[in-house]
Amino acid sequence: MNNSVKSLVAVLFGLIAGALLMALTGHDPVEGYKYLIQGGLKNPERIGNTLATATPLILTGLSVAFAFRTGLFNIGAAGQMLFGGFCATAVGLSLELPRALLLLVMVLAGFIGGALWAVVPGFLKAKYNVHEVVSTIMMNWTAYWTVYYVIPAYFKGTSLETESRQLPADAMLHQQWLSDMFQGSYINFGFFIAVIAVLVVAFLINKTTLGYELKAVGFNRHASEYAGIAVKRSIVLSMFISGGLAGLAGVAQYAGNASSLQIGVMPSQGFDGIAVALLGINAPVGVFVSALFFGILYSGRGFMNAMTEIPPEIADSIIAIIIYFAATSILIERLYHKLKLRRAANKKQGE
Amino acid sequence: MWTTIEQIFPYAIAYTIPLLITALGALFSERSGVVNIGLDGLMIVGSFIGAFVIFTMRAQYPDQSWVLWVGLLAAAVASALFSLLHAFASINLSANQIISGTAINMIAGALTIFLARNITGSGKISINGFRPFNIPWLSDIPVIGDLFFTKTYITTWLVLVLLLASGFILYRTPFGLRLRSCGEHPHAAEAAGIKVQSMRYVGVMISGAFSGLGGAIILLTYSGEFTGNVAGLGFLALASLIFGQWKPLGILLATLFFGFATTVANVSQVIPSLAVIPPVVLKIFPYIVTLIALVIFSKSSNAPKAVGEPFDSGKR
Repeated sequence: MNNSVKSLVAVLFGLIAGALLMALTGHDPVEGYKYLIQGGLKNPERIGNTLATATPLILTGLSVAFAFRTGLFNIGAAGQMLFGGFCATAVGLSLELPRALLLLVMVLAGFIGGALWAVVPGFLKAKYNVHEVVSTIMMNWTAYWTVYYVIPAYFKGTSLETESRQLPADAMLHQQWLSDMFQGSYINFGFFIAVIAVLVVAFLINKTTLGYELKAVGFNRHASEYAGIAVKRSIVLSMFISGGLAGLAGVAQYAGNASSLQIGVMPSQGFDGIAVALLGINAPVGVFVSALFFGILYSGRGFMNAMTEIPPEIADSIIAIIIYFAATSILIERLYHKLKLRRAANKKQGE
Repeated sequence: MWTTIEQIFPYAIAYTIPLLITALGALFSERSGVVNIGLDGLMIVGSFIGAFVIFTMRAQYPDQSWVLWVGLLAAAVASALFSLLHAFASINLSANQIISGTAINMIAGALTIFLARNITGSGKISINGFRPFNIPWLSDIPVIGDLFFTKTYITTWLVLVLLLASGFILYRTPFGLRLRSCGEHPHAAEAAGIKVQSMRYVGVMISGAFSGLGGAIILLTYSGEFTGNVAGLGFLALASLIFGQWKPLGILLATLFFGFATTVANVSQVIPSLAVIPPVVLKIFPYIVTLIALVIFSKSSNAPKAVGEPFDSGKR
């Protein structure tokens, strides 16, 4: 059974479970889904917003998927995204450069910030064999508290205590003609960064020696070592790239979709990245498609909530259930085989 | 200085207890061979069910304290049932246990708020929980009395009893030996006639029940409100388990460390001797120490040998 078919079946089951949930809590599922889809795709503005919502998800999804392909479980995309976004925001608020150059430096700062945050667990894994799941969680909270105190101390907003200053227009990924094209949507350059990242990562893991080596280490660390691959360097490098991608998600979120950095919030896109990667079977294009799908759910839920009584968390619930079905896709496979066997047996009997 | 310690102590204990019980549950799960990263979600489920049950029953029986106990029990049962999702995926389907646990976290986080919003609109449920009390006679003992028997919650003692019981069950009973053998060498265990899969189910469900208790205890002691999350305590409990090197006593010490470190960070601004340290340092201190501890323990890890590996009876 094809992997993408499994993902589609998981999506189908998730949507059915979502419908059941709506029905059980006394809402009309047909209406719910109608407004959910309309909210995501009704007009150019909403389509633009969906793409913008999907942007950080594409990047965190890529981050997690890239780590997965190289045998690492990067559960710390949230912290890397937060720290990357923080670095970009700090640069945007401190430097005065021509716009193109400033944006370039910000994107670079975001990438490096996220990458550094992931290199620590990578190094601990390579050198001391510390499991990256626990160390990345620790890094998540370290990022959370660091940003929590550094933003008010150095970049405090004028009105709100819990936000950084607004980024100047030159330091934002927002572009008027792009916004006009989508009739006032908040879509921004972040989306193009995400598309470029998808292409680069796809090229890197499928077509280059480096990608091959990183994947080989993921498949079998010892065999790779025997084959002469520098295993430790590969692990650190994998985490570096993975963290950098999550850092870019921070740039897209805090300097694109939003104009300031809010403290005291762990970006949910970090954990959603795991879902995106899993549903996208860890392939760059799959990640892109599943992030767009999640983007529709997330950006449509507000409209649905406005038009019906259904709480917006239905979107999160559907996504979470889809992930459970994706994780247990072997069950779907077993059922499929059973059905096939039964059909074959019936056919035989018929003859 | 002494008065500060005296003041901090009850808060630190209150913060430690939910962590302790959750990490203790995870000990059963990991000793049986199943990684449970879904602790956070299981705690959230416990917190939600506890709040929901108490909220509904309070309408009928106002001011009855046994309602709180029903809430605790319901939370434990609900989380144990919810953990079956994880058990089924990781034991019967050989799914990736970390992904399955992540799915548990996501489902719990989203679904409980979804349901809570259907009940209260805001998605938050406020509850009057247990009140701290001084244990008569014992609280009069100098030093110890002030630290351990003043402003204490009844749930603290429940959890300590469970800690002792868990230590006894895991290390002094045939059941405990069997459970641990499933996490060390499941094939040998199977050859000895132990049903590995059933043991793992038991391990995961105990973990679920204890996490549910943990979540409900947060609600009934220092938080008083269901908000749809437990501030990442489930992940901290997982870190405590590793920090405590998969041993009951180690877990107790690790959770006490987190409890005190966090409480000190929370109150540092009002205590002159601590206010000189930037709060960010105190806040990230426990996480950095954990990272360092992981490095130190990496050479001599006491992790169950087969933890995280799906059990395949036919594979040798």
